[in-house]
Amino acid sequence: MARSVKKGPFVQEALSKKVEALNSKSEKRVIKTWSRASTVLPEFVGHTFAVHNGNKFIPVYVTENMVGHKLGEFSPTRLFRGHTAQKASDKKAAAPKGGK
Amino acid sequence: MARIAGVDLPRDKKVEIGLTYIFGIGRHSAKKLVESTGIDANLRIRDLTEADVNKIRQAIERDLKVEGALRTEVAMNIKRLMDIGSYRGIRHRRGLPVRGQRTHTNARTKKGPRRAIAGKKKVTK
Repeated sequence: MARSVKKGPFVQEALSKKVEALNSKSEKRVIKTWSRASTVLPEFVGHTFAVHNGNKFIPVYVTENMVGHKLGEFSPTRLFRGHTAQKASDKKAAAPKGGK
Repeated sequence: MARIAGVDLPRDKKVEIGLTYIFGIGRHSAKKLVESTGIDANLRIRDLTEADVNKIRQAIERDLKVEGALRTEVAMNIKRLMDIGSYRGIRHRRGLPVRGQRTHTNARTKKGPRRAIAGKKKVTK
């Protein structure tokens, strides 16, 4: 279900203020944020955000294509290192994994 | 005979059904097409006159995106998600379900046939 247009996109206020401040001074600095739910506004383009993923901050450089998405979409929260490799003593040879 | 948008339509089906063989036209838009062109809904594809077919062709051209153009658009949308490195794009890249479905079991449509897991014991009766 899409959000009501009347309300406009959700952005954490502190975050948009910070971006505004940087824009008015036309400078670029990494903005640390926990606000993964904030929508990427057109004003954010060109800035770099350090988006928290629950563990550390992932740098996200915002491009034009990202407008309308949420910051959290670019900062994955899960780490998948693959399944444990099988021991040499196991009877079957490892089936080669398809895909990338 | 009735060849629209590069697709041969089945001759023996009713117009509304036959049109759904075109990628990008489902029952809803097929119904709208039949209504807007003023063609008798009970006609079969083989009974359409050349003028009817042309009318449908023009209506599709005007209002809808079908077949190749639509496929390209969908592919571009997915490509965009992958390029910006969003979560949905990553799921597409990995060939996993994109919309939060479980992957512990199921998700076979997206993941394809099961692959043997090394060292896993077979259940024997």
